[in-house]
Amino acid sequence: MTKITMTVNGKTRSGDAEGRTLLVQFLRDTLGLTGTHVGCDTSQCGACVVHVNGKAVKSCTMLAAEADGADVSTIEGQAAPDGTLNAIQQAFQDHHGLQCGFCTPGMVMSAAALLKDNPKPTETEIRHYLEGNICRCTGYHNIVKAIMAASGQDVGAIAAE
Amino acid sequence: MPKDGGIGDSTKRREDIRFLTGVGNYTDDINIAGQTYACFLRSDVAHGTINSIDTSAAEAMDGVVKIFTAADFAQAGGIPCGWQVTDRFGQPMQEPKHPILAEGKVRHVGDPIAVVVAETAEQARDAVEAIEVDIEELEPVLNMKDALADGATKVHDDLTSNLCYDWGFVEENREAVDQAIKSAHHVTTLELTNNRLVPNPMEPRVAVGQYSRANDEYTLYTTSQNPHVIRLLMGAFVLGIPEHKLRVVAPDVGGGFGSKIYHYAEEAFVTYAAKVVNRPVKWTSSRSEAFISDAHGRDHVTKIELAMDENHKFTAVRTDTYANMGAYLSTFAPSIPTWLHGTLMAGNYTTPLVYVNVKAVFTNTVPVDAYRGAGRPEATYQLERVIDKAAREIGMDPAELRRLNFIKPDQFPYQTPVAVMYDTGNYDATLDKALEMTDYANFESRAAESKARGKLRGYGLAHFIEACGIAPSNLVGQLGARAGLYESATVRVNATGSISVFTGSHSHGQGHETTFAQVVSEMIGIDVSLIDIVHGDTSKTPMGMGTYGSRSIAVGGSAMVRATEKIINKAKKIASHLLEASEADIELKDGQFSVAGTDKSVAWGDVTLAAYVPHNYPLESLEPGLEETAFYDPSNFTYPSGAYVCEVEVDPDTGKVDILGFTAADDFGNVINPMIVAGQVHGGVAQGIGQALLENTVYDENGQLLTGSFMDYAMPRASDVPSFSVDHSCQTPCTHNPLGVKGCGEAGAIGSPPAVVNAVIDALQRGGYNVDHIDMPVSPSRVWAAMQQG
Repeated sequence: MTKITMTVNGKTRSGDAEGRTLLVQFLRDTLGLTGTHVGCDTSQCGACVVHVNGKAVKSCTMLAAEADGADVSTIEGQAAPDGTLNAIQQAFQDHHGLQCGFCTPGMVMSAAALLKDNPKPTETEIRHYLEGNICRCTGYHNIVKAIMAASGQDVGAIAAE
Repeated sequence: MPKDGGIGDSTKRREDIRFLTGVGNYTDDINIAGQTYACFLRSDVAHGTINSIDTSAAEAMDGVVKIFTAADFAQAGGIPCGWQVTDRFGQPMQEPKHPILAEGKVRHVGDPIAVVVAETAEQARDAVEAIEVDIEELEPVLNMKDALADGATKVHDDLTSNLCYDWGFVEENREAVDQAIKSAHHVTTLELTNNRLVPNPMEPRVAVGQYSRANDEYTLYTTSQNPHVIRLLMGAFVLGIPEHKLRVVAPDVGGGFGSKIYHYAEEAFVTYAAKVVNRPVKWTSSRSEAFISDAHGRDHVTKIELAMDENHKFTAVRTDTYANMGAYLSTFAPSIPTWLHGTLMAGNYTTPLVYVNVKAVFTNTVPVDAYRGAGRPEATYQLERVIDKAAREIGMDPAELRRLNFIKPDQFPYQTPVAVMYDTGNYDATLDKALEMTDYANFESRAAESKARGKLRGYGLAHFIEACGIAPSNLVGQLGARAGLYESATVRVNATGSISVFTGSHSHGQGHETTFAQVVSEMIGIDVSLIDIVHGDTSKTPMGMGTYGSRSIAVGGSAMVRATEKIINKAKKIASHLLEASEADIELKDGQFSVAGTDKSVAWGDVTLAAYVPHNYPLESLEPGLEETAFYDPSNFTYPSGAYVCEVEVDPDTGKVDILGFTAADDFGNVINPMIVAGQVHGGVAQGIGQALLENTVYDENGQLLTGSFMDYAMPRASDVPSFSVDHSCQTPCTHNPLGVKGCGEAGAIGSPPAVVNAVIDALQRGGYNVDHIDMPVSPSRVWAAMQQG
């Protein structure tokens, strides 16, 4: 066991981890941040996406030890302290971009990374960017719509409902 | 205009807040002090005899608490099957034992053999690696037709063969259908497979068992669509725990699509083991484990014949289907290819004679059960594919051939030849809507434009009907169900007027917390924010049957309406007392009780407070309190229907299919929340497109699952599907439930596969390729290969 310290959602957090402990396990089991989910074991589904030093990372593909000293942000840190949703979260609610909610944390974190790099993505760019995030409920239609809306673009071109 | 938060309003989902902020409570988020971790050792061969299991090295490893094998479950029952099908000779199906852990033989890759319970998940996994199992491999039974040959290796030695049942429906019509086909003006025949799918909800299954010695009570937290069903099956048939000592909780559940209906061995294991080790036991499935332990879906091999007369009216339909059951009978497996499939073979049409033969077969594969649509996609796929082929053979527009044979609006209620009676529908209306939305009239010019670019454009139509809202309990009892299929609700009004509704339905993405609250808000006229929907805990809700088969609003919603009606009736009595008026004169509107024709009124909150602080109250004739329960048993299924259109472009150089547009015009009856209904259709259509173009479950000749992860099993990604056009403005309300609703959860997955495949075949035919059929998934390699043949 090694002691690992990182900044998570602006707070310094520490815990012990084995060499084989994945970042997602450390977040969920050691720090109790269960908003980040595990949907597969082959780094395909993207339910575990968090930001490490500002970049979107599948936290199932990174060892906790590798994140020692890093600045990590997770779904739990996205809303304002008073609970107000950020623009992406709000757009997901407004446009019904989630159903069971399991893939949602990864979708929101991926969307945030996309909009940081590409503030006005096209529908095609959004769909390609989400290649690493699988959703089984929504058929992606409303996720794409929500991300476009969050970027301030007109979503009228995406068929109603 | 619907009221804010009332019926018909696209109210935003309240459950979204917890999911969007990471504070949802999924089963894997539950950790109980002192818990241990279970890891299953699973068979890595498809079929074999277990000669020995040596756990001694594993037992000595760090952190190991206990290792379990079948011997530990000698007193437990097998995992029960919830539906007994009677074959066409009047005999019950063959029903093998399904042990919690393999007894002497393993029957599919993934069959559990032993379980390590350890202090940590890693220690449990390490110890599983150290268990030595000697298995003598046997020939695997994989192909269904080979499995039924004389002398075939048997999956279960104690059964007479690999045949579970040979079912005929309607058996009395067998000869008449044969005659009708022989004497028909034209018969179209199609042989096809309905590809095996893995449901893959994004949340893998999890189970946490807990036992309290203080009061001899068990609690199971599990990823289930129907916690009461699990309590009943596991308590009564597997572990012998009476219901009052067993609590089953299904908290936030990350999708199900059928795969979380069933009672699984892992649930029984953690519940039982928690008492044995006297600590909570948690099991979390990996995705790889899910592929070999969650029930799969579909897997039919079918020959369908469609007979018609000289006027192109359908005269008979005959289906011969082989349905894969896998190695054991999952909870509702026998009912899927029979009662949920054969009864849909009339489709939207007036075909007078139908005969369906289904041979259900055991193989050395993962058990197969309901997956979104369950039997109805299989029926729709055959029917809508063969009609398309027939239209081509007789040179008729496929839309017009369908229209010619539709049951017409004035023919409802319509008694089909396959037992079910459709209450309402207007198939011409949904067809017209879909044709209009897709600009069918101008398709030829679009096809020409594609052709100019070297692409083949195709237009595919499918019209479907489904039987939802399962179902009248006495009817399904006659058909072999070993359960009732009512639904329940308790409406608890609190003293200050807020309401908790306890429903037997279960939401795992459907948004019940919002839609169910909208219904109560509409009925009483109070703000939707004052109403909470509670589900998923047998210690809170009345006995309910859960969510599957698009039944929640039609059956669960109806129970809630009945309970709310009781509440309103009692509240009116209280109001009449407070207002000193006759009960018959009391009207409830917008949360106010008033005396008709006067300005006298009391507010909802005044009445609810009086119910719990009954100082001024008719105690001599009315009990205090305001809480009512209703159980609702539907008198019929509901029959949603719709017309789906897919437009594709095929690249003739590569065989790649691009979906250019997908349109769904559905009739769901009345709609509570249009936003949520559209979302349900989107998701279903994406799963149907996945089946049609991408997804396939492949076993090799040794029974090894080749598509055992998201690396190999092609889940639809965002770039694989288009934006959808959906409409549900054609509404023929259900006549037999109080909300006039039909259900929308499965429609998308039912109507879309034939629409996609019809579009691909249309494109190839237009391109001059004589291709009548390609089995799903219609992958580039299959399309390209078919083009080389055609």
